[in-house]
Amino acid sequence: MARGDWYKTKEIVEKGNEWIINEIKASGLRGRGGAGFPSGMKWSFMNKPDDGRPKYLVVNADEAQSTRCLSTTPALNEKTKFGPLADSDRIFTNLYGRHDWALKGAMARGDWYKTKEIVEKGNEWIINEIKASGLRGRGGAGFPSGMKWSFMNKPDDGRPKYLVVNADEGEPGTCKDREIMRHDPHKLVEGCLIACRAMGARAAYIYVRGEFYNETTNLQVAIKEAYAKGFLGKNACGSGYDCDVFVHRGAGAYICGEETALIESLEGKQGKPRLKPPFPADVGVFGCPTTVTNVETVAVAPTICRRGGEWFASFGRPRNTGTKLFNISGHVNNPCTVEEEMSIPLKELIELHCGGVIGGWDNLLCVIPGGSSTPLIPKKVCDDVMMDFDALVAAQTGLGTAAVIVMNKQTDVVKAIARLATFYKHESCGQCTPCREGCDWMDKMMWRFVEGNAKAEEIDLLWELSKQIEGHTICALADGAAWPVQGLIRHFRPELEARFADYHAKHGDKTSAASQ
Amino acid sequence: MFLKSLSRVNWASSLRGVSTTAARAGGGGPGNFIHRDTPQNNEETPFTFNDENKSRVEAIMSIYPEGHKRAAVIPLLDLAQRQNNGWLPIAAMHHVAEVIGMPRMRVYEVATFYTMFNRNPVGKYHVQVCTTTPCWLRGSDEIVAKCKENMGVNVGGTSKDNMFTLSEVECLGACVNAPMVQINDNYYEDLTEKDMDEILNDLKQGKNPPKGPRSGRYAAEPFGKLTSLSEEPKGPGFGCRADL
Repeated sequence: MARGDWYKTKEIVEKGNEWIINEIKASGLRGRGGAGFPSGMKWSFMNKPDDGRPKYLVVNADEAQSTRCLSTTPALNEKTKFGPLADSDRIFTNLYGRHDWALKGAMARGDWYKTKEIVEKGNEWIINEIKASGLRGRGGAGFPSGMKWSFMNKPDDGRPKYLVVNADEGEPGTCKDREIMRHDPHKLVEGCLIACRAMGARAAYIYVRGEFYNETTNLQVAIKEAYAKGFLGKNACGSGYDCDVFVHRGAGAYICGEETALIESLEGKQGKPRLKPPFPADVGVFGCPTTVTNVETVAVAPTICRRGGEWFASFGRPRNTGTKLFNISGHVNNPCTVEEEMSIPLKELIELHCGGVIGGWDNLLCVIPGGSSTPLIPKKVCDDVMMDFDALVAAQTGLGTAAVIVMNKQTDVVKAIARLATFYKHESCGQCTPCREGCDWMDKMMWRFVEGNAKAEEIDLLWELSKQIEGHTICALADGAAWPVQGLIRHFRPELEARFADYHAKHGDKTSAASQ
Repeated sequence: MFLKSLSRVNWASSLRGVSTTAARAGGGGPGNFIHRDTPQNNEETPFTFNDENKSRVEAIMSIYPEGHKRAAVIPLLDLAQRQNNGWLPIAAMHHVAEVIGMPRMRVYEVATFYTMFNRNPVGKYHVQVCTTTPCWLRGSDEIVAKCKENMGVNVGGTSKDNMFTLSEVECLGACVNAPMVQINDNYYEDLTEKDMDEILNDLKQGKNPPKGPRSGRYAAEPFGKLTSLSEEPKGPGFGCRADL
């Protein structure tokens, strides 16, 4: 009760079923059991005319999520203001490369401090800290990291285990891992040791995209320094734990950012995703249990362990905790990378750190909030949306990698999305037919839409096409290809129709069949 | 149809451009997978790793577990390409196959899948302009146009003096510093048309233009006054829990 449980529960119950269901609907809560069905709607299905039978609520406590009312009135200790972060609460203190990135500078900023003690605490302790911190994977999917890491702690079957760090950063708009690798590489290297300990992995492979040559060089130097100091290798940090960290450079393929494609690529094959199951935690790289995790996720782990999971969890809303690197690109006055508190309002993020939208906030057209794979949101949503997983899902988009691409009213938004369609066409690995053929088809249609050379009905055709691509492939690249197009149709249908009308007015109806 | 696709097989089209997807190329596209013997690229062209690279090969191979040495194929192909002026002849693929002890076919598969392997000669400087949406929003079209004008080539082409090859590429992961180009291993960021001209002219004159942003900022911080990280970083142990 000291933490606010059972507070005003009487009042909530007295409000009655409609009020509660409306609150749940307004919160956008979707089932947390996996299927993600909107809970408000589901609960309302029970309010049919009474036929005399009693009704039952069954709480699925096989990994239960709280079914308690998510009241919009914040509980006693709940935060309502998010960001800006104080400098002392920032994890990546050398994000801008103003200080020495090498070992001496890193240690002066507190890296490798008491790493031995953390490693000695053992896997359970580390995983519990990560769980307590509420850290969710920073690579886009947002899977709870503590849970993911714990999958590795199965009884030993004699095979070695591996940690694979995904530094194949290629999502358009995203450039956070690059800053970590070139300016704070020791955070990543130390994170590798701690994550390896948490999973019982003997070696970590850092898969860096091939284009990041200079960044890889910094990282390699950092690893060498760590080995020289005895922080890595046999008896790492004097903790008695053996841990190796290797760097592997890719050779240019966006798809290798997908975890199973990355594993294939690391094994020296084409980067074509594998079917799951078996999941990498069972059969991963070199046939051994593997966890693939993003650079940022690994790099924040040492600081979480040092300052405590609770410290990290004190930022952001529940289930969306922590600090996060945001990349703001596109039409802002000062595009930049910045570490901020989760759940910071989008508008504040842009106004505070980026000097506002070019031409002022009212000149904003739309924003892609989480890298190219997430659907765009128009200005009216941007006005008050918070930058976290749940708020953006409620706005029919996603946090993704927190790469904010801003477009102002001078942008040809159709062309911007058409260019993304071309990107996905280029990057499709070609393994699954819906993606290989569908991305090509969407690309062709989108470029016709840019001209306006299409019929209004084709918008529905494109929508249906994107729905046929989404969810029918091995990996999520196809979903990422379909969503931006869906976002465009969802919010800019009138713009498309006006463009078609304009084209036909200019060219006459003769060419309207050019689509055939 | 078949003849048409054959006639489009020239070395320029197999350089990466946004219109040649690795995936589509296999399925009826312009034939990115096809190798045609030329005087400078055939099975007989000699290729072996030089002494310096031989020790690198050993170091690379050593990081992969026994029985999985083929994992080294991407790094070794990259090494071979570096030794061979930025492009990868078929003889080099064969040599890599031999060094690792894997079938040639498996090496071809990898060499054709990844966009960083240039299977035909490129100029001394491979200029790769990112034209994906974040860069496009900040004016990458103008950068491409300036490159074409300055080098006198089209996208996918190599200048007559063999100095430059121009490619359009997908997102290079420096979106905050858009528009940007990659020239060989270096990123040049925050470009204007004038910057692009200067960089290319410097290269032509044998100078070494400094890499990184051209706008005066050091990395990905906002222009002008810092909005974060303006304080000195705290020392070791700041905020550290007591029970550690």
